Amino acid sequence: MTRSRAMLPYVVWMAIFIVAPLFLVVYYAFTHTGFNGAEFTLANFQRVFQPIYLRVLWRSVNLAVASTAICLIVGYPVALIMAGNAFSRKNTILMLFVIPMWMNFLLRTYAWLTLLERNGALNQLLMAAGLPTINILYTDYAVVLGMVYNFLPFMILPIYSVLSKIDQGVLEAASDLGANKLVSFWRVILPLSLPGVVSGITMVFMPALTTFVISRLLGGGQYTLVGNLIEQQFLVVGDWGFGSAISMVMIVLILISMAVMSFFEDPEEGTTLW
Amino acid sequence: MLLVLTLSGCSGKKEALYVYNWGDYIDESVIAEFEKETGIKVVYDTFATNEDMYVKIKSGGSQYDLIFPSDYMITRMRDEGMLEKINLANIPNFKYIDDRFKGNDYDPKNEYSVPYMWGTIGILYNTTMVDEPVDSWDILWDPKYAKQIIMLDSQREAIGVALIRLGYSINSTDVNQLNEAAELLKEQKPLVLAYALDETKDKMVAGEAALALVWSGEALYAMDENPDLDYAIPQEGTNLWFDGMCIPKGAKNKEGAEKFIDFLCRTDIAFRNADYTGYATPHTEARELLDPEIRNNKAAYPDEEDLVNAEVFVSLGEVVREYDRIWTEVKAF
Repeated sequence: MTRSRAMLPYVVWMAIFIVAPLFLVVYYAFTHTGFNGAEFTLANFQRVFQPIYLRVLWRSVNLAVASTAICLIVGYPVALIMAGNAFSRKNTILMLFVIPMWMNFLLRTYAWLTLLERNGALNQLLMAAGLPTINILYTDYAVVLGMVYNFLPFMILPIYSVLSKIDQGVLEAASDLGANKLVSFWRVILPLSLPGVVSGITMVFMPALTTFVISRLLGGGQYTLVGNLIEQQFLVVGDWGFGSAISMVMIVLILISMAVMSFFEDPEEGTTLW
Repeated sequence: MLLVLTLSGCSGKKEALYVYNWGDYIDESVIAEFEKETGIKVVYDTFATNEDMYVKIKSGGSQYDLIFPSDYMITRMRDEGMLEKINLANIPNFKYIDDRFKGNDYDPKNEYSVPYMWGTIGILYNTTMVDEPVDSWDILWDPKYAKQIIMLDSQREAIGVALIRLGYSINSTDVNQLNEAAELLKEQKPLVLAYALDETKDKMVAGEAALALVWSGEALYAMDENPDLDYAIPQEGTNLWFDGMCIPKGAKNKEGAEKFIDFLCRTDIAFRNADYTGYATPHTEARELLDPEIRNNKAAYPDEEDLVNAEVFVSLGEVVREYDRIWTEVKAF
């Protein structure tokens, strides 16, 4: 009783700031405000599935998948090394990953803009070393680089947290029973770390799919992603209905991918972050 | 929340004026001077685009007394009943505003707005990278400058330039003409290094690109930083734009807002703002006070003959969606 009363402020808060806005999005997505007031329509959704918007969606999914894959490939070994017993500087490394996150996200992305430009710091360095320069600013590569840079900690931290909780006894048992390092990684560590991997993938994939700042700054505005499209509907065109419809399609996509992901999750371990 | 506001409203007996302007668009010392002269406390906020400002005013809740929208936005807000009529009798200094800036289509009788600054769009270019004379929009489609061109990441301006090049009005609502403009912009896309807004001037100053579509004020700022840069208004025509001072519907301190408008139209104050921002003032006397180098700079103050083909944006209503579709098509291409 007292507990449910203590919950009340949170329930009210969530109702106002989470549930109500969601209903508003649904409302706008299905209505068109004309001369006769608001009326029900499916036109916004029909528009989302026109080829040009599907192309935007497809490009966003592609870039998000690529960034997530790179984050996983780079992040998993790092988490593994940090969680290993032999590694004494894990706190230092952890700090190194976390400290940049204290800085403003926009500022960090702006910094890449100056690093990557034609006469930028990176190319100055390459020239000084007598190496050929690279021009990847305003391409897909720069966008993926920006996403990996910004979202990598979200991949490493959950995997690290799961790995560091693995009972050492399990590993000893594996080696007692004759498993070499590779086999015990493949048969013991990897399966046990999957919840962390799933949570890492979700935490990287979702913001990568919806970012609009990184694609605008590092992509030079040449590659409209879903995030840019939604922002444009609300801020420039004022077409809240269409913006809401795209948002709803995104929510459904994310729900589907989460359902697929949870298939791999260990139901007894509640260690995931979402 | 409301209670707190009411209380704070009572405790300070001073009259307050809520002003909402573009970022870095005023010499801030004039605000203090206004407060000293009138005893009105000015609460000053800034915005980055017309659209941001529009959404904030439209959604209600903000209690601004004075805003600074551009021409087409003035029309849109007027049509949506979001603006209060201004009583010009309270603004005697309105007489200093150049007649060419009065009674434009976006507000034919100056019932809702008093011009604050004006300008054009044109090509900012680096003279060390571009040898030929820059006098036509065609140069932004010249393959010689592949990946050396920065376009404005703004629908109306970018599509507008394509429409001008095709010989159509920048306010075209004809779907066929708009589709032609879309094709032209798609054709240009492989040559474009980036579509940008605020970063453009820094990139041009750093010599990262040869040509850029910019607003005149940005060009002046960049030319000041890097003497290799120059600005040209192509002969086919340009967009002539105005930012006005308007009073939103339901403003609590309309009288104070009119006082502030009149204050900003005072010669010495208009001069200081023009001198500080680098944008062109519509104030006849203030312009005379400016450094001749600026006053006679054609980038800042183009002659009337440079502007014969210039058009002012008008509000497009529902057709805005067509522009958005085209722009998305170009960007997703």
